[in-house]
Amino acid sequence: MDPDPKKSKFLPSNLLNSNGSSHPQSLFPDEVLEKVLSLIDSHKDRNSVSLVCKDWYNAERWTRSNLFIGNCYSVSPEIVARRFPKIKSVRLKGKPRFSDFDMLPRDWGANVHSWLVMFAKAYPFLEELRLKRMTVSDQSMELLAKSFPHFRALSLSSCDGFTDDGLKAITTHCGNLTELDIRDSVTVDVGGGWLSCFPEDFSSLEILNFSSLNSEVSFEALEKLVSRCRSLRVLKVNESITLDQLQRLLVHAPLLTELGTGSFLQELTPRQYEDIESAFGNSKNLQVLSGLWDATSFYLPVLYGACSGLTFLNLSDAVLQSGELAKLLAHCPNLRRLWVIDTVEDKGLEAVGSSCPLLEELRVFPVDPYDLDHRHGVSEMGFLAVSRGCRKLRYVLYFCRRMTNAAVVTIVQNCPDFTHFRLCIMNPRQPDYLTNETMDEAFGAVAKTCTKLRRLSVSGLLTDTTFEYIGKYAKNLETLSVAFAGSSDRGMQCVLEGCPKLRKLEIRDCPFGNAALLSGLKKYEMMRSLWMSSCNLTMKGCRLLAREMPRLNVEVIKDKGSDEIQADKVYVYRSVAGPRQDAPPVVLTL
Amino acid sequence: MDKSSTGLGLETELRLGLPGVGEVEKNDKKRAFCDISGGAAAAGAGNNKNQVVGWPPVCAYRRKNSFNGVKMYVKVSMDGAPFLRKIDLSSHKGYSDLLMALEQLFGCYGIDAKNDEKGWNAEEALEDADKCEYVPIYEDKDTDWMLLGDVPWEMFVESCKRLRIMKRSDAKGAKDLLKALAAKEDYSSSLSN
Repeated sequence: MDPDPKKSKFLPSNLLNSNGSSHPQSLFPDEVLEKVLSLIDSHKDRNSVSLVCKDWYNAERWTRSNLFIGNCYSVSPEIVARRFPKIKSVRLKGKPRFSDFDMLPRDWGANVHSWLVMFAKAYPFLEELRLKRMTVSDQSMELLAKSFPHFRALSLSSCDGFTDDGLKAITTHCGNLTELDIRDSVTVDVGGGWLSCFPEDFSSLEILNFSSLNSEVSFEALEKLVSRCRSLRVLKVNESITLDQLQRLLVHAPLLTELGTGSFLQELTPRQYEDIESAFGNSKNLQVLSGLWDATSFYLPVLYGACSGLTFLNLSDAVLQSGELAKLLAHCPNLRRLWVIDTVEDKGLEAVGSSCPLLEELRVFPVDPYDLDHRHGVSEMGFLAVSRGCRKLRYVLYFCRRMTNAAVVTIVQNCPDFTHFRLCIMNPRQPDYLTNETMDEAFGAVAKTCTKLRRLSVSGLLTDTTFEYIGKYAKNLETLSVAFAGSSDRGMQCVLEGCPKLRKLEIRDCPFGNAALLSGLKKYEMMRSLWMSSCNLTMKGCRLLAREMPRLNVEVIKDKGSDEIQADKVYVYRSVAGPRQDAPPVVLTL
Repeated sequence: MDKSSTGLGLETELRLGLPGVGEVEKNDKKRAFCDISGGAAAAGAGNNKNQVVGWPPVCAYRRKNSFNGVKMYVKVSMDGAPFLRKIDLSSHKGYSDLLMALEQLFGCYGIDAKNDEKGWNAEEALEDADKCEYVPIYEDKDTDWMLLGDVPWEMFVESCKRLRIMKRSDAKGAKDLLKALAAKEDYSSSLSN
């Protein structure tokens, strides 16, 4: 039987079986396949789809419109442009996460420019660009602003390199902009003139976040912008905006679902107090609230009217004490996510436990991480209190100065559904403060009990036993962060051998050496990246790895004054693009 | 005693301690203060511990908003309050403005007894010290603890590293402090004759 001539011209001959007829399941028209595949958004699913056969690979690549690249150096712009012809939205990540903690040299790389040059040629219909930990120069922003007439959304998370001029290019030229979201910016003093450059008739903005930019903007321009943009649903201003200015903005935008306030400390007249209180009262759609710099017990109550629908309350810029938090949380019964500073102490966390039964995520940041004498903050008691009241907890980031094994064991029994468990006991190598034992049993309990665990950060005094537990039990673990832990190479080996889904491993100040590094030879190609700093690696070990695994980039960052033998900072990642060309002199690619 | 001239950093006869013996002078002041406050001031001083790079892992953006940065944030601790606040000195116009902000931050009153049109005056405040439940002091660049108002505002903003609102009872009376400081001065000026 001859294959139906109306069927796909892409039908490869190897799908025909021995008598010349094709397998019924392969008579799937190209057009239908593409239609079906265009409904698949998840890039992980799409990557799986592309592996089925040549047909599916082609259909997938023609229908992919969202591009996600977790490590900008794992592939080159040229390769991407060749494979995917129809990209409309790009998500790109650059530097390794430890760059957040100043562990990378300034000019390490992850500059977006070469990507933009390629996008300008290959994707003139580009609409969205979302970058994380990348360097974006003003020149790049100008290229972006002028190359894509349909450009709608720019999101920069933990990016640097740009100034007011770059942002001005965006606001001046991107007439269809719906989203400008700049968060966790590490660029200092960008300048505030960009906000005034939106054209007079510009009104398409839906998302505006400039909370992490320091400079003052023109309030007049901001107020006009907000009143013009009737579809604005996310507005996060910076600290320069005062309470009474905020009130005027809220009056123009009652439909906001996410609000980041400015400074919450200002001498208001009773009338102004009433006005802002009623403005919040009218903001019935608020789900996310942040900002609140310098909020005090006197002004927090103006918020209460807007709190009943809140699902995410970000108080990580508000230095509050326990009583203030407790009163506020009493008005927030629907909270799913809460970020606070540890000045709320254990007492404040008790209030979390009793007021927020739906809580899924808690992050507690230290007000003063470097003050080792600081006896306050939160302890195991606060974490326990939250775990008792918030059984749905699945994401925690907890900075504390003391912890016990018993507490952690109880916590994970209360909340076995953790997917992200990031515990930071701030003094390195600190034991269980009650028993003086290692914290091995704590993290063993986490690994054993939390079967859905995907991300884990460990701390405290830990031996190889912790890593034996992790390797044995944490079968869904994807990201592991280790500092000042372990006793020998065996620790790292247990993890590399045991965790089948491991994608990112970051290690600092651990006694892991070349043997440990090399034990993961086969594994690294299945991972996104490995970071090891201040461990016991030598250049020899790194060179060996590089030689054995040509599809890995092995980069060593030399610190000043280090000798020729030690490899201080090592970054290993898989790449189909070969060694990168833009590494600064201090980064050696082996 | 004319306190206003000491802040200008010029050589005057009214310094505490022997002329040209800066170190001794500082230690004298410190000791006097420590005697009064029971050593608490000294404990609060040194902040150059051995810091490990990038640890604890608090990301750059969050540290920027903490106690360092472009603005002139200083920590303020208050006796009896279990937490620290921060205050941006550059956003205040003078001592009275600062004191109002401090009162608002800690929700208490009595830090400053004198807040009239003439502005805050160190001497007058100390004279009314009995009405004042707290005494504001600050740690300067030389790690000395000074009374608020000793020096001109601009100089204070530049040299202040942290603030502390001390209970008057801990100071055993600011007047006593003043007397102790004055006594040292009398002693040292008598030595120079």
